[in-house]
Amino acid sequence: MKKIYLPLVVLLLFVVIIGGSWLRILNEYWQLVLLFMGINVILTVSLNLINGYMGEFSCGHAGFMAVGAYVTSILTVWLFAEDKVFGPPVLPTAWAIPLFPVALIIGAVAASLVGLLVAIPSFRTRGDYLAIITLAVNYIVKSAIENMEVIGGPRGFVGMKRVMNNMADVFDAPWLLIWTFIGILVTIFIIRNFMSSTFGKGVEAIREDEIAAELMSVNTRRVKVIAFMLSCGLAGLAGGLFAHGPGGYVNPGTFTILKSTEVMVMVYLGGMGSISGSIISAIGFTLLLELLRPLGVFKWVVIPLLLVVMMLFRPTGIMGNRELTDVFPWLRTIFGSEEESYALASN
Amino acid sequence: MTLAIFLQHLLNAMQWGSFYALIALGYTMVYGVLLLINFAHGDIFMVGAYIGFFIATFLLGIVSNSAATLPPWVSWLILILTILGSMVLTAGVGVGIERVAYRPLRERGAGRLYLVITALMIGIFLEYLNLSTLGAADRGFPELIKTEIYSVGGVSFTNVKLIVIGLAILVMIVLELIVRRTKIGMAMRAISYDKVAVPLMGVPMNAIISATFVIGSSLAALAGIMYGSAYHVLSFDMGILIGWKAFIAAVVGGIGEIRGAMVGGFLLGFIEIFVVAMGQVPGFEWLSSTYRDLVSFTVLLVILTIRPTGIFGVARRQKI
Repeated sequence: MKKIYLPLVVLLLFVVIIGGSWLRILNEYWQLVLLFMGINVILTVSLNLINGYMGEFSCGHAGFMAVGAYVTSILTVWLFAEDKVFGPPVLPTAWAIPLFPVALIIGAVAASLVGLLVAIPSFRTRGDYLAIITLAVNYIVKSAIENMEVIGGPRGFVGMKRVMNNMADVFDAPWLLIWTFIGILVTIFIIRNFMSSTFGKGVEAIREDEIAAELMSVNTRRVKVIAFMLSCGLAGLAGGLFAHGPGGYVNPGTFTILKSTEVMVMVYLGGMGSISGSIISAIGFTLLLELLRPLGVFKWVVIPLLLVVMMLFRPTGIMGNRELTDVFPWLRTIFGSEEESYALASN
Repeated sequence: MTLAIFLQHLLNAMQWGSFYALIALGYTMVYGVLLLINFAHGDIFMVGAYIGFFIATFLLGIVSNSAATLPPWVSWLILILTILGSMVLTAGVGVGIERVAYRPLRERGAGRLYLVITALMIGIFLEYLNLSTLGAADRGFPELIKTEIYSVGGVSFTNVKLIVIGLAILVMIVLELIVRRTKIGMAMRAISYDKVAVPLMGVPMNAIISATFVIGSSLAALAGIMYGSAYHVLSFDMGILIGWKAFIAAVVGGIGEIRGAMVGGFLLGFIEIFVVAMGQVPGFEWLSSTYRDLVSFTVLLVILTIRPTGIFGVARRQKI
């Protein structure tokens, strides 16, 4: 019986969000906020794997997001839309609907390959030196994109709006929100299962003590490569979704250190090593940004102060390293794994 | 590229590297003592420049309306007062931030990374406090001493450039002496070596940390005023990019090492200037100035991959 709850909750959310925006009950503003929330959830949960669970300090997540964003949008524009650079669409536009997730996956794979660039130096360096490597990779990615005139250089890359319009012409549905929703589910599923697998235990062992982990026969190199590629790939997925947002345009200026900082803030605000913390803080932070919009420039005076004060009162973030199910055990009946809910039932 | 042009670029690179080196010093000193990447440091540089701007305009307003009509000793006096005033006030800001934001967190035993995030937040706070109170318009830093242009063998340079480079090197030597020869420097080195045992030996931990922030912030202020004197433009976001890059310079030099910060800063300055300069050399026309960040960071990444602890960094043996 208990297995039904989780799909039910997810289905309910899906119906409310997607149905709401399909029937225009949620206006375009709220759809946009929901989209940003979703993208932030993917980014935060994926960065939490490196910065939270593994205890490394990666501050260049926006760089991988940029790779995913550009690869995915170049693919979709090349394949499904009329474009000045790439000419007429290669495939019939109706194919965009089934092939859009394929483009997203290719973008994610490209981002995870760039993630290797970070993973390999991380064998020898740790902590603050890794911070610098990720920082440098972020700059390198941004600078490389700025120097590629074919894809717009510093002006950015446009045309994704036509792809989205083509998809909406074939069948009118909030496609981007649907794929973002699925993206969130996939991200949480992957990270959660990864962390409860043997590799996940290895990741936690590396956080506690890398040398001890090595001695306990954890293949630290392999674990690090997999964790980095996974995290960077999911960032690429978020980037691909982000690029197809309402503006239908990406430019390298979006993917600066400031964007990376935003993601890091959400990770530490939620708590290192807590998926539910990441989700709560990503949603809360996006909402906070929107609520404080009337303040204009003062928004960025108030938000840092709020966060600093919050850090003083809860130095481990909202959730610490606990999950929501640890705080409210009854939630296990919905979200817990099968063994957990059996254990709860037998108590 | 003739020798004269090479020397010209070298001089420019020295000046540009001086700013990186001075800011990198602040990063490296705080890191050495606290193991904290003080990401607010680039914005402390900005605060220092703005405080210097206000002091200088205030002083110039008292004596006359333009620096050109002043006798030289007055303008030198104003320059020195500006530098000293800004260094003192910025040091106050730096220590204030440490007291209000970092120390309570440290005493609560929060993880190191939470401190880093707090530092990032403080940096954003300083930027936008400036933007929202002073407006988005750039400020023109007044010309405090009359710029004179000298030319030796085809290489031209200004007195400001010489002062910037000279001051940076002087500061570096003084700092090295402080850290190596004085008691406070000894305490700093000791704390970076062992954080548990040193306070037990009667070393006042918090006082030493405050002293570190005083030194780091006042150096950032000095860099800010020199930047203003050299380029005459101040903006609220001037500290962001230069701060991040100086941090990278500090790490490449070997974070925690004063010589490392110096070498890393100048190295980054050289790479950046010469990537742009190479664009004029036949055969390298494709190398436009937009490649600056790409090339410099790739070089730094390669250095870090070969020497993971930076140029001067020493890998500490880990006891198990």
